Amino acid sequence: MKPIIEIKNLSKKYNIYLMKEGMTYSTIRDELTDIVRKPIRWLKGERENKEVLWALKDINLNINPGEIIGIIGPNGAGKSTLLKLLTRITPPSEGRAIIRGRVGSLLEVGTGFHPELTGRENIYLNGAILGMRRKEIEEKFDRIVDFADIRKFLDTPAKRYSSGMYVRLAFSVAVHLEPDILLVDEVLSVGDAAFQKKSFDKMQEITRKGDRTVILVSHNMGAIQALCQKCVLLEKGEVKMIGEVEDVIRRHLNDSTKDSGLALTRDRERKGNGDIRFTKVVFQDEQGNEIKDIYTGQNVKILMHYDGRKDVGLKNVRVNLNMDSPWGQRITSFYSQTFDLIPNKGHFVIDVPNFPLVQGIYSFTCFARVNGATADWIVNAGHIKVGSDRFFPPGRSVPPDQAIFHIKHNWEVKNDQ
Amino acid sequence: MEIIIKPKRGLASLDLKELWSYRELFYFFAWRDIKLRYKQTFFGIAWAVMQPFVTMIVFSIIFGRLAEMPSDNIPYPIFVYSGLLLWNVFANSLSNASQSLIGGAEIIKKVYLPKVIIPAASIIVTLTDFVFAGLVLIGIIIYFGFMPNILGLVFLPFLLFITVFSALGLGWFLAAVNVKYRDIRYALPFFIQLLIFVTPVIYPVSIVPKAYQWILYLNPMTGVIETFKATFLGTTSVNWLSLGISAVASIVFLILGLAYFLKTEKYFADII
Repeated sequence: MKPIIEIKNLSKKYNIYLMKEGMTYSTIRDELTDIVRKPIRWLKGERENKEVLWALKDINLNINPGEIIGIIGPNGAGKSTLLKLLTRITPPSEGRAIIRGRVGSLLEVGTGFHPELTGRENIYLNGAILGMRRKEIEEKFDRIVDFADIRKFLDTPAKRYSSGMYVRLAFSVAVHLEPDILLVDEVLSVGDAAFQKKSFDKMQEITRKGDRTVILVSHNMGAIQALCQKCVLLEKGEVKMIGEVEDVIRRHLNDSTKDSGLALTRDRERKGNGDIRFTKVVFQDEQGNEIKDIYTGQNVKILMHYDGRKDVGLKNVRVNLNMDSPWGQRITSFYSQTFDLIPNKGHFVIDVPNFPLVQGIYSFTCFARVNGATADWIVNAGHIKVGSDRFFPPGRSVPPDQAIFHIKHNWEVKNDQ
Repeated sequence: MEIIIKPKRGLASLDLKELWSYRELFYFFAWRDIKLRYKQTFFGIAWAVMQPFVTMIVFSIIFGRLAEMPSDNIPYPIFVYSGLLLWNVFANSLSNASQSLIGGAEIIKKVYLPKVIIPAASIIVTLTDFVFAGLVLIGIIIYFGFMPNILGLVFLPFLLFITVFSALGLGWFLAAVNVKYRDIRYALPFFIQLLIFVTPVIYPVSIVPKAYQWILYLNPMTGVIETFKATFLGTTSVNWLSLGISAVASIVFLILGLAYFLKTEKYFADII
């Protein structure tokens, strides 16, 4: 059987000057001043440094029909670029890929939605943009509407929709494209919790049927683990590892926690004014030993190291660490009290007795607020794997699919005779 | 179905088979624009009609009355309005097409589609505006008790083709340039505003000294508007040379605009 996707030496380079923020396009004035400056620089002996960044370098990958492949890797590894090449949004710089089937993607949820148009009109427009025929949209129309659960608002302009309705409709159109090859990029985290679960279930339904090839890009190791059969680890634009999901995820988590905890380097994608920056997150057991996996029921300490900006007094600081489930649902948050004054460099300690979440890989988000302003905010800063369940004493256990967390409780039986 | 993804070098060839398969999307884009334009039915159509009508009144007062502009013995409002009718198709098409890629940035960044259809589809709505504004011309003609020449309607489709081709060719070019240099957005309205003065909309070609008339003919809209006035209003006999120049120029614009567009479209998604 021929692979459905054949990728050979695929590479994509960007000029770095295009990547700088706010420099995506130039103005004629910039160009004119450049023309003047260039010869001057040249006379001064400065040669133009045409720095290029290889977002992808020599990717080789064959994907067979029906395979569900996860693509993981740190930020900037080239995951999204790979999807953009496979969807033909942007052409590669070198190499080639052969695709044998219709490609659809969930990169494009809600693309082309117009707030002035009604839900019905948006379904047709969005469907056409995604590559559906008019006839096809007509056939699937009812299913799209039912999945999104917006039948009552079909003839209401989308601008009157709640954000939840909007997202549901958009996702519903995209998911009903039913292509041979489905590319998914971090979309399982849209909508409210109930809809996230529904989307996740839909993904599971799609992947289990086995007639669809799926490429799933996610920061969420849990989702990858739950949905994929095979996994690719990308790093700095290159394939680091291809193999069983478990092995690749372990390698990735080990890599990212290599030197003492999860290092959060300066170049991490983050928001906030930078009054403080988290530098790493470390998990410890009761004895203060660093641990990579934890078990349900363990007494855990989570250490959030930070660096403060020297010239600001770090007053009124509030920190939180949020945990997301494999399907992107926020399950719990650790919120600190407000600290009046904290040292310029230090670490917060979250003391969690009896860690309650069951087996799985959870991603966490770090957030800090200093003096009323967001100082640091890193979405999907890292992962923690919960390996086994020792929450209840031996002899008592809950099957893994019967709980997402445990509550301390006791049982007894009373005699009513 | 097999798609081969490889680097695009040089002038990417135009895949006509693919374009044909995207005809429905073209239709949907045009349908969306028309829908949005006339969504609030009253103001939508009113705007399509008011814009040329009010311009006609202002021009009639300033140029017709105050400046006593000659108008080939036709009532000045009819003279200027029939020029504006086609001019607006050109000016609005050009403006729509040039802005269309920026307006569709979200789509370009997230979905693959033959991008040439975006500027092309953005032009359709100006043709519906043309129909409504054309009805007003009939009203004006009746008001003045003027008898037009049916020959004009025979020429009209041909003239519309020249207008649309010129606007689309130039529009493809400017849309592509606009992706890279966003200041086009500010320059364009100014450019269009000036262009009307080198087009015989407000004045007849005959008032321009013979030695300078060639400047007007560099602009393909000159031949179009002159021919429309000649055939529909019977102002002069048809100037076949100027019509020929316009027709050829519009085809040249179309081809050059398309070529530039195809040459540059590969980086649109990266920088838009």
